[in-house]
Amino acid sequence: MSVQGYQRKLDLENGRVDLSHGAGGRAMAQLISSLFHRAFGNEWLARCNDQSAFDVATGKMVMTTDGYVVSPLFFPGGNIGSLAVHGTINDVVMSGARPLYLSASFIIEEGFQLSDLKTIADSMGEAARGAGVYIIAGDTKVVERGKADGLFISTTGIGALAHGFDLSADKAMVGDRVLVSGSLGDHGVAIMSKRHNVAFQTEIVSDSAALHDLVAVMIAAGGAGIRVMRDPTRGGLAATLNEIAHQSGLGFRLQEAAIPVKAAVAATCELFGLDPIHVANEGKLVAIVAPHLADAVLAAMKAHPLGRDAADIGETVADDHKFVQMATSFGGGRIVDWLSGEQLPRIC
Amino acid sequence: MRYTDEFRDKTLAQGLAAAISAEADRQKAYRFMEFCGGHTHAISRYGLEDLLPANVRMIHGPGCPVCVLPASRIDMAIRLVERPEVTLCVYGDLIRAPGSQGQSLLRAKALGADIRMVYSTLDVIRIAEQAPSREVVFFAIGFETTTPPTAVMIRIAEKKRLKSLSVFCNHVLTPSAMQSILENPKIRNIGGAAIDGFVGPAHVSTIIGTKPYELLAEQFGKPIVIAGFEPLDVMQAILMLVRQVNEDRYDVENQYSRAVRREGNRRAKDEVSQAFEPREQFEWRGLGFVPNSGLKLRRAYARFDAEARFAMHELQVADNPACECCAILRGAKRPVDCKLFGTLGTPETPIGSCMVSSEGACAAYWTYGRVRDDQVRRTS
Repeated sequence: MSVQGYQRKLDLENGRVDLSHGAGGRAMAQLISSLFHRAFGNEWLARCNDQSAFDVATGKMVMTTDGYVVSPLFFPGGNIGSLAVHGTINDVVMSGARPLYLSASFIIEEGFQLSDLKTIADSMGEAARGAGVYIIAGDTKVVERGKADGLFISTTGIGALAHGFDLSADKAMVGDRVLVSGSLGDHGVAIMSKRHNVAFQTEIVSDSAALHDLVAVMIAAGGAGIRVMRDPTRGGLAATLNEIAHQSGLGFRLQEAAIPVKAAVAATCELFGLDPIHVANEGKLVAIVAPHLADAVLAAMKAHPLGRDAADIGETVADDHKFVQMATSFGGGRIVDWLSGEQLPRIC
Repeated sequence: MRYTDEFRDKTLAQGLAAAISAEADRQKAYRFMEFCGGHTHAISRYGLEDLLPANVRMIHGPGCPVCVLPASRIDMAIRLVERPEVTLCVYGDLIRAPGSQGQSLLRAKALGADIRMVYSTLDVIRIAEQAPSREVVFFAIGFETTTPPTAVMIRIAEKKRLKSLSVFCNHVLTPSAMQSILENPKIRNIGGAAIDGFVGPAHVSTIIGTKPYELLAEQFGKPIVIAGFEPLDVMQAILMLVRQVNEDRYDVENQYSRAVRREGNRRAKDEVSQAFEPREQFEWRGLGFVPNSGLKLRRAYARFDAEARFAMHELQVADNPACECCAILRGAKRPVDCKLFGTLGTPETPIGSCMVSSEGACAAYWTYGRVRDDQVRRTS
């Protein structure tokens, strides 16, 4: 984008976003070119059109969208930018699709530090490149001070699904195994540790990560034996399994002792009266897999860096009530329910 | 996790379960009330009832501060926070508790009321310091465990001369409630059989000690075993109660000796008695007006009393007649006996606060035990 006439360089160290950066004039053009285009750098953005055209794959396309309002914007293991890329990529890949393109829409509060915006945009660029995905469309709006909490980001993702591949919650069958890709609750606890009213010291960092590669090795090992995949974000494992139970009309029986949870996460949850299976994740998945292929898929997951701690935590059962039940480590039984209300608001 | 896993050990649980089965007389029914919601949730969360023989039954008591708070007190708080100058600070448990018309603090907040969720009374001090022009009111609820932090907050507020801070006091006393349960014949007898003993409070007892229960045990001839909130604590307490019943004893025993002493925590008790004195009576959902069961601020601290400061009127409201919360809180009915349970009354659409409080019996049944309830309903 050519900026005509003299224009002061954007002060990316000490400058702040002002209303002119969203007004459609030169200031906005400068912000987009010197901050976002630089961070996302690709041939589509370089053309500076209002839209981007891309080739359409044979087979099916997959599309998803998500808004990110996490507070705080920076947390151990990532920031709102990396989260906005990883989260949407993961929603695409849970269908079994290969993620291709993203759009990103920014709602920025007047006075937001340009240096923070640059860090966030750079993280998005890095996260997208790491997953082989291009951010090919975007939008920037600036709202008055007090009308947004710093920065909100919306991303939309598009992916391509190979012929004949169709993952969906209603594909789950009685006797299928339930696999999780690693320890639960890391993201929620990392966010909580930085909230000003509960801040505490912990070594836990967010698990925010793009899962496209892990999913690829799982599909290679399990093919159509993988019936359902989902990333247990808000509401954690408990919400995800209850959703799948309702969509499939089945119940679950889990083994509490088999569910991987880091000691520091368990300790934090204990202290705050939370249950790790209700706490959010941003780089984990749950897979419902045909029993004869479960071991092969689990082995493939364990061989991948993002699935090292993967575990088989239970099975699907016939149940008219669609209950998620769990044998407790203590030797009794209980239901695993959806959580009512927010355990912790604005975690993603 | 050290210091918690030890108290959730499966093998030890099986050993205790075997001992309870062996020692419980098969000809006899044992009905024990766990007073605290914390125990109710441990029982449901860990599936303890699966480990008990059929003739040992747990009855859920009223020890859940949100559940026993009458809807009128919620209504009063909502009316208070409608005043534009008021910032109301509440513990998270309370925010979804229903008022008399189904309204809640959560809804009041959505309508623009300034309501802040706090984790500690020190948060309230901070909020009052940051906004000196606001009238900051702390919605104080809870048994003896949460009273000392309120007392400390008042002391700090006085020292810092925080003139805009006040307390809407709803603190209640455990022994008075236990006495009320034991004195009321309708409550005492559940389906013709008496309560045979109590699993006594864990955290409350760390403050008040075991001594206040001695008179109750003696007067009513009921064994009381103070127990921790971990599942093995509860199992062990049940075994101790079975033994007392078998031996015709009614002692106060302390299973939670790692945290509870006979005299309790003197410093905390001093803080409380400096700031508070008993109310003549206080209304409990389920128990009605119970004498000497609530606390109010002492005259010396009257300026911190939100009820006086804002001329808050006591409201009289009736609970939904179909809601069995009251009988459930007294231990006379179980959540599944309520027509509203799981139909109209769910955590998303609570009729009574037992369904939304993290310590409520209905919430415990709903969250952890619906499978069992379904079996009960089918077989009964």
